[in-house]
Amino acid sequence: MSGSEIFLQQLIIGLSNGMIIALIALGYTMVYGIIELINFAHGDLFMLGCFAALTLVGLLGFDHMTAGAPGVWVGLLLMLIVVPIFCGGLNWLVDRFAYRHLRESTKLAPLVSAIGVSFVFMNIGLLWGGVPMKVFGLGRAAAAPKAFPDLVSNTNLLGQSAVEFTWKDLMVFVVTLPLMALLTWFVQRTRAGKAMRAVAQDRLAAQLMGIPVDRVIGQTFLIGGGLAGVASVVFASYNNTIYFQMGYRAGIDAFTAAVLGGIGSLPGAVLGGLVIGLARAFCDQYIETRWTNVLVFAVLILMLVFRPSGLLGARGKEKV
Amino acid sequence: MAARRKILFHWSFLLVAALIPLVELALPGNHRVGDLLRPIFIMAMLGLGLNILTGFTGLLNLGVAAFMAVGAYSYAILTCDIYPFRLGFWAATVVTVLVGLTVGFCLGLPTIRLRGDYLAIVTLGFGEIVEDVLKNLDAITKGTQGINPLPAPSVFGYQFRPETYQPWYYLFLGFLAILVLLNRNLQHSRIGRAWISIREDELASSCMGINPMKMKLLAFALGAAQCSLAGALWASYLGSSGEPGNYDFQVSVIALCMVIVGGMGNIGGVLLGALVITGFNSIVLETLTNFLKAHQLISSSNVFTSPGSWKYMLYGLALILMMRFRPEGLLPSKQVKAELHPQEPHAPPPSV
Repeated sequence: MSGSEIFLQQLIIGLSNGMIIALIALGYTMVYGIIELINFAHGDLFMLGCFAALTLVGLLGFDHMTAGAPGVWVGLLLMLIVVPIFCGGLNWLVDRFAYRHLRESTKLAPLVSAIGVSFVFMNIGLLWGGVPMKVFGLGRAAAAPKAFPDLVSNTNLLGQSAVEFTWKDLMVFVVTLPLMALLTWFVQRTRAGKAMRAVAQDRLAAQLMGIPVDRVIGQTFLIGGGLAGVASVVFASYNNTIYFQMGYRAGIDAFTAAVLGGIGSLPGAVLGGLVIGLARAFCDQYIETRWTNVLVFAVLILMLVFRPSGLLGARGKEKV
Repeated sequence: MAARRKILFHWSFLLVAALIPLVELALPGNHRVGDLLRPIFIMAMLGLGLNILTGFTGLLNLGVAAFMAVGAYSYAILTCDIYPFRLGFWAATVVTVLVGLTVGFCLGLPTIRLRGDYLAIVTLGFGEIVEDVLKNLDAITKGTQGINPLPAPSVFGYQFRPETYQPWYYLFLGFLAILVLLNRNLQHSRIGRAWISIREDELASSCMGINPMKMKLLAFALGAAQCSLAGALWASYLGSSGEPGNYDFQVSVIALCMVIVGGMGNIGGVLLGALVITGFNSIVLETLTNFLKAHQLISSSNVFTSPGSWKYMLYGLALILMMRFRPEGLLPSKQVKAELHPQEPHAPPPSV
């Protein structure tokens, strides 16, 4: 591969992973925008989504099918419906039973609670990996990474070119782009979206206008969790390895993306996700893989210290 | 009179702790209580360091394990034969505390202006960076192997040996007692009162002439120094710096659990938290696992029946339930309790 081809290849990998990070970041940014909570458990919710997807694969028997067979596409579609419902529902339940009671408490109480939820989720992931199913290695070595079968084929869509743009990359964009458009439409144009924006702006005033604040916050958790669910299906079929500790790293990447773009801003989260995805890909290629995480954290800290409102952060006031 | 009785009550704890190894020596058979208490003392020191930040000053720090790592590695570098320093125990410990102080100060300087949750994330990022840097700079830190072996310390002319735990026990107990005394006096000093007032209301305290930035920076430096002292003692106990993965995010969260479960801002609460949380991990879970294994009730290959694989679930539930039902902790400080339950004693009737 020539230098420019390597660059193009990393660009594609970075953009695809960036879109997945962006989906998770949207969940962070929506929840933060509405109740100013860093939902620490969001990355682990994404991890549980991956396990749910793998369980579905096992139940439906897709691990025997060849990549790209018509049945597999139906299965993927099914996963894209079931897993987001699972993740969204779980996120809603956590808000209902943990965070909702802490709305009037000190600011740190929900954050600490979210760290607790994250630990519980991680532990559930560990135990889930021990379920005696064939896709989980029959329950042996619960903590070991699980292989997610190749549902989407690795065939290069660019023909004989050295740069690969595979069906997998295409799937990432086909799923994520319309979803983001849908989300923008929902938040900007619908009644429920308007209520969300109102609650984010001023909770008390929204309540006085007759908006059922708790229900709106619950909807936000539902949608944010659903996005994480979509991200987990896409991630698992794109990267093909899942393990119970992946949520922490994914969560940090996504949170960094949300902060980078300006937390609370939806286009910002997408932009931040793409920047982080590209930064990771280029750091892997041109610096060293082992320094990639340091790079992401350095970006996070420098952003928070010098420009906490982010790249697209409109609401600069009272952010620090 | 009441205060005096309270002080006697506190000293009696130290006395009981000091007697444990002697009683174990006197009793026939093989006992491990004192042996198992040693890591708890270290974790209690870590908890006390975090308590200065989170408990007194109200700054949530999710990266105290990094301060501990800084302490452990700096102690290891200062004492190990493969480096030119080769300092003795006391010199290395003093330098390590100074290093911790500096690191805390340098991290605090750019970040203390940040609001609570952002600060928490920055400290988390700092913790991850330290872990990765220690792992990647293998020319200095020996990567994932850690720096070892470290010479056993020689204190007041007495040469420590890894086989006998009693000298270590008294060394750690002594350090812990000094730290408790130090923290208690700090808490009731001008500085401690300033910290607590910042936690309660930063704006009001700055109106009262307190400089919040200066005080927060001081909290960062002193908290980090205590955590790195814990790290140095830990390294001397292990005879190794430990590997970078020993100081990961989970250690920071366990320290946070200790402070929160025990009672934020209350030294006795933090000690209780350290005993409950660390003791649960190293004593209860271990004993239970060994018991179940000895009676062949579980096989090691099954993840569900092994108590150790439920550990993080329990830590997580502890955090969630404490936040929901008893946010002030098991042994709360008076101010925190009053803040969290403001209207309970004289609640006005709710207006409809």
